[in-house]
Amino acid sequence: MSAETHPAPRSSSWASVLNNPTVRSIVIQVTLIVALVVFVWWIVSNTARNLAEANIASGFGFLWSRAGFDIAITPIAYTSNETYGEAIVIGILNTLIISGAGIALATILGFIVGIGRLSGNFLIRLLSTVYVETFRNIPPLLVILFWYFGVLSVLGGPRGLEENAFGVYLTNRGLQVPAVIFGFLAWASLVAFVVGIVATVIIARRNKAHQLATGERKPLLWTAVALIVGLPIIAFLVTGLPATMEFPTANRFNLAGGIQIRPEFISLWLALSIYTGAFIAEIVRAGIMSVSKGQNEAASALGLTRGQALRLVVVPQAFRVIIPPLTSQYLNLTKNSSLGLAVGYPELVAVGSTVLNQSGQSIEVVCIWMAVYLTISLSVSAFMNWFNSKMALVER
Amino acid sequence: MEEQVFRFVSKEQKAALPPPESEVGPLGIVRRNLFATPVDIVLSIAAGIVVVWGVWGIFQWAVIDAVFTGSDREACLVEGGGHGGACWAFVKAKFGQFVYGVYPFDDRWRVDVLFVMLALLVAGLAIPKVPYKRLNAVLLFGVFPVVTLVLLTGGQFSFSGGMLAFLFLIAAGFTIADVSSEPQVGSHSLPVKIAIGAAALSLLSILVAGLVDARTVVFLDFRFSALSLVSLLAALVALGAVLYAGFMARRGEGNVARMFYPAIAVILFVFLMTTNFGLSHVPTNLWGGLMLTLVVALSGIAASLPLGVLLALGRRSDMPAVKLLSVIFIEFWRGVPLITVLFMANFMLPLFMPEGVTFNQLLRACVGVALFSAAYMAEVIRGGLQAIPKGQYEGADAMALTYWQKMRMIILPQALKLVIPGIVNTFIGLFKDTSLVYIIGLADLLGTVRRGFNDPNWITPSTPATGLIFAAFIYWLFCFSMSRYSIYTERRLDTGHKS
Repeated sequence: MSAETHPAPRSSSWASVLNNPTVRSIVIQVTLIVALVVFVWWIVSNTARNLAEANIASGFGFLWSRAGFDIAITPIAYTSNETYGEAIVIGILNTLIISGAGIALATILGFIVGIGRLSGNFLIRLLSTVYVETFRNIPPLLVILFWYFGVLSVLGGPRGLEENAFGVYLTNRGLQVPAVIFGFLAWASLVAFVVGIVATVIIARRNKAHQLATGERKPLLWTAVALIVGLPIIAFLVTGLPATMEFPTANRFNLAGGIQIRPEFISLWLALSIYTGAFIAEIVRAGIMSVSKGQNEAASALGLTRGQALRLVVVPQAFRVIIPPLTSQYLNLTKNSSLGLAVGYPELVAVGSTVLNQSGQSIEVVCIWMAVYLTISLSVSAFMNWFNSKMALVER
Repeated sequence: MEEQVFRFVSKEQKAALPPPESEVGPLGIVRRNLFATPVDIVLSIAAGIVVVWGVWGIFQWAVIDAVFTGSDREACLVEGGGHGGACWAFVKAKFGQFVYGVYPFDDRWRVDVLFVMLALLVAGLAIPKVPYKRLNAVLLFGVFPVVTLVLLTGGQFSFSGGMLAFLFLIAAGFTIADVSSEPQVGSHSLPVKIAIGAAALSLLSILVAGLVDARTVVFLDFRFSALSLVSLLAALVALGAVLYAGFMARRGEGNVARMFYPAIAVILFVFLMTTNFGLSHVPTNLWGGLMLTLVVALSGIAASLPLGVLLALGRRSDMPAVKLLSVIFIEFWRGVPLITVLFMANFMLPLFMPEGVTFNQLLRACVGVALFSAAYMAEVIRGGLQAIPKGQYEGADAMALTYWQKMRMIILPQALKLVIPGIVNTFIGLFKDTSLVYIIGLADLLGTVRRGFNDPNWITPSTPATGLIFAAFIYWLFCFSMSRYSIYTERRLDTGHKS
């Protein structure tokens, strides 16, 4: 009825419905979701047909079949008769090992260089700047290959080496270092070590309470050293040195005994640490520079020494700026450890790609990769967010 | 009180005493910078030894012990089996491969032409004093990619009719958007309504044509199914109608030509892509070296920036579904290493496609790299969006700008300017990440170097280090100049007011 008498309002009401933000947003979202569902359905149906044509059974059942390949570096016992699943577990462990080792070295390097870039000493500043600007701008993969093919592979072989007193040999088979074989009683030293740490923590808390109550700072350093280092040593001596050193011996053809650190590990470890260290150095520098000059001046006005000013005033404030980007660098290092594939370090991606090539289960393997890396990423960021919020609470 | 009489009163201020000898002059500078405290003295001596030893070592390796000429490995072998200095003869011999891969020798001029074009266009855009920035940008982002595609592959792509229809539909869409934003035209006049209807019909029939298999007919050298022909005709009708409407409205004004741009661009694009210029066909598996690195990196940059902007806007959207999808997309790609993404692109993309559709391996790698860096780009841009004060958003709303107008004219220019360093860092990261494509079997710069030192003619102990250091230098040159340029731009664009 109204359409006949008032044609204009009808069209304008239609237009106003179209221009209504709520309606628009619902329409857009519904369209988006429908398009996405159709797209996913299209992909899934294509994949299903392609898999059926290629005669590939999907599903994770293949994880329980025999792997049949060897892995060069195995933190837990593994032979080629184990299953694909266990091979992948070894890969995950290796990823975690290389990430942990890399994070430790990169952090040390990064902090030293980052502080060095702010040093008053011209040469130190120069060296730090050259390091940062060089390694930040070179792909990590290239650095890995450089260590592996350019340096470690061209070292001499383990034949006819000269004996040396330290028992440390660097050959093209990697780094051979003395192994320490612990007896059963060595547990006592480990316990003493844990006790030392716990005692140090308790004393530190007491000292802090004492300081809050009276304002007097008690020195902690030597007590801590005595407890954490001295106690295990005493326990070790008391239990009668329950450990033997096994030195690698150079015979005519090979090195025997000791621990062999494979060149794959060394090259990956060095390259990742050096690369990430350059980024961490920049983060540290930015963090320290973000603490305003007045804080430093106020600290020296209070009569703090330079060391105290750094430890008590600058670093705690700088840390708040440093932690978030530092987290993402740690995660980057963990993700970059997947480059071990290029030199054959058997981490998750390298093992996974062998499994993928042998079994043809590409979708499943890629899903495992994604799941593992996402788990690591999300849990590390959760932990670091917690740590960050703890640090941020210091702010007043 | 006794009056005091001074014998001498200075009329002017006394000149300041000169600083002590030990603090000025070259000696003072050295003392302050190197030997200020005992610790500094020790550090300086240690660092000095490291510097001298390092520089001398590098000099010895790269110049004194190096081999500059030679035709095969014999030149670089050291008597006694040790490894001597750099084997630059290897780099010299393989230089062509490092730059062009195995691109046919007679066609390498095409790559050179592109290198020169790229250098000129980038320089024109990067140097602030060079005029015609807009034209330059259009050439770099619009024309250059098409020219690259035609020159590198040899052109003569065969478009399906559906593709052609789709291109004209896009042109029609842009023109409709342009013309109907004109106040005299609006979206109510009859030709515009016809155009919108025809465009809708075109879109519908192209979608249906994609799902239905039909017999194809050849029309103007393009293969059409009946539906895609309908779609093309509808798109042309839409284009015609809207151009007519715009022409009638803008008659007598200066900006008539503007509305023809989309149609002209599409026609030119189709012309360039399909015409036979007499260039021989070069399949992408022959591409390699620095050229391939640049292809992957530049296509990644070109794709990741707009995609990143969209994702960042999506993540800050008020619509829960859009926001959720953007968050999932971004966090997924940021949580996994690029190499798994490349594996996924390499092994799974072919599975996702309907049968008969094959994806070029290079294209797969480019898709992987682009999606991966888009997620990082999105986070960088989101940082910029968050840094824009709320007043800017509200001001734009108060001016009754639409969402896209608000973003395009008010928010994004400010936000992008704020995060230029972050964007360039993402570009640098992307450039370095392109080296990973060698793992899935493409011969980029790193890949050709890697293949080069496995060449039996050149196996010596010093070849790998030499080749890798050469490659490292090339990567370093690109990344370092990008980062310097970003610092320079940041300073130049700094307007001084920070929120």
